[in-house]
Amino acid sequence: MNKRKLEEAFFKGLMLLSISIVVGSLLAVFAVVILKGLPALSLSMLTQTPRGGYYLGKEGGILNAIIGSLYLAGGATALAFLLSLPIALYINEYAGKSRFASFTRLSLDVSWGIPSIAYGAFAFIIMLYLGARASLLWGIITVTLLVLPIMTRAIDEVIKMFPFKLREASYALGSTRLETALKVVTRQALPGILTAVLLAFGRGIGDAASVLFTAGYTDSVPTSLFDPVATLPLAVFFQLGTPIPEVQQRAYASGVILLVLVLLLSIVSRLSTRKLMKYVIK
Amino acid sequence: MGMFKPQISIQKLNVFYRERHVLKDITADIPEKRITAIIGPSGCGKTTLLKSLNRLTDLVEGVKVSGNVLVDGVNIFNNRIDVTDIRKKMGLIAQMPNPLPMSIYDNIAYGPRIHGVKDKKLLGQVVEHCLLAASLWDEVKDRLKEPASKLSVGQQQRLCLARALAVQPECLLCDEPTSALDPVSAQYIEKQLLDLKKDYTIVFVTHVLRQARRLADYVIFLYLGELIEQGPAEKVFTQPSNPRTKAYIEGMFG
Repeated sequence: MNKRKLEEAFFKGLMLLSISIVVGSLLAVFAVVILKGLPALSLSMLTQTPRGGYYLGKEGGILNAIIGSLYLAGGATALAFLLSLPIALYINEYAGKSRFASFTRLSLDVSWGIPSIAYGAFAFIIMLYLGARASLLWGIITVTLLVLPIMTRAIDEVIKMFPFKLREASYALGSTRLETALKVVTRQALPGILTAVLLAFGRGIGDAASVLFTAGYTDSVPTSLFDPVATLPLAVFFQLGTPIPEVQQRAYASGVILLVLVLLLSIVSRLSTRKLMKYVIK
Repeated sequence: MGMFKPQISIQKLNVFYRERHVLKDITADIPEKRITAIIGPSGCGKTTLLKSLNRLTDLVEGVKVSGNVLVDGVNIFNNRIDVTDIRKKMGLIAQMPNPLPMSIYDNIAYGPRIHGVKDKKLLGQVVEHCLLAASLWDEVKDRLKEPASKLSVGQQQRLCLARALAVQPECLLCDEPTSALDPVSAQYIEKQLLDLKKDYTIVFVTHVLRQARRLADYVIFLYLGELIEQGPAEKVFTQPSNPRTKAYIEGMFG
């Protein structure tokens, strides 16, 4: 074999190795969580809140954390979307290639890199200053800060791909910038926007550090924005931290629930993306 | 202009893309309800001239324009003019068909909707009327809800024509509207342009001289950003007054 063929084989092998490491570790994580968690998973875990003695291995469930996580991640994703779509549309349709647009992108990239515990600590300081207690509302605000850069940059990347010929088509009919942005750009980018929203939701529902001080933890399902709220990652954390083996097993079962939630969501998004792709111009 | 009545009057138009001087002191008249062909070799500024007429050049980063373009006597570069009004008046057919990411119906209804038509029945009538005018109605009337991207390229170009007609323009600006099409679809579009000239002022860019001869009543010849010659098609094609026009028409360069 000559040198070029060897090179080709070597680098192809390297690429496949990297892929198998990624896919392999995904499967390994799934396997561990499912194998350890599935035996402890029961219907009561999904349908009941913790009763007295749940953390000592007695009966009850983590409905509080399931509902709590959905509220929290759902609320934060919705709030982040309300902010990120306007940002992404502005830096693409209005600011063009200006310095302001690149400055905004830089700020978002830097915020993306900030660890979630820093967002949690930051929000906590503000809460102390305002005399606010840990609650669903503050949890939502913190997680919104956390997922906003991720969602905005993901939407931004999709909108950047918007073809110039469509922009021209829309303006040539006498559209304003806003009409072009809302009716054409958003329409074309819709599948990508959905992906960005789900990416943010996945990140939000899985994060423990940002809500540690800000959302609190409770054994009941919150009934208002000002109630403290339990989350699945913290439920995993607290259960894993007990010395009782049954409760540790339930931590894995909670992990399974979290995994299934995220998985279900990505399947739904895949299916709806396919539907939305129908109108997209390639 | 002689027998022609001008609708668009271009006066000392200069266009720069950053440092590059793309159009140099263009002065020309475009007759009402006639077909005007802008001809010239590639890169001579034909498309830029066309897109100056509805200010689509505004979308290009780093563009600088001086001079006037009067449409019905009104300077479209006047700051007080609403650019969306100009573009509504001057429909555009692009070189590559560019349907919007929506259904066939919505592609046509988009324009009227943004210009304030809300009545569903009226919208339906506009859609049908415009698709008929673009000879596309029979092919799509049973699948108006389907994505426009599913149409063939030739159908897409007729859809773009119908979409342009839907906002009731006075002029149609066509940028090599048949260059991406197969010969049959191209013929179709040519025939439609000839039909439409009784109601619309049509300006089209082409580098196919035979097409210009077939369609044009009036010709503008550009070379390297300068206007070399303009006049009635028969005169420019049979007795060009400038030697460069003559050379181009005889196929000496192109």
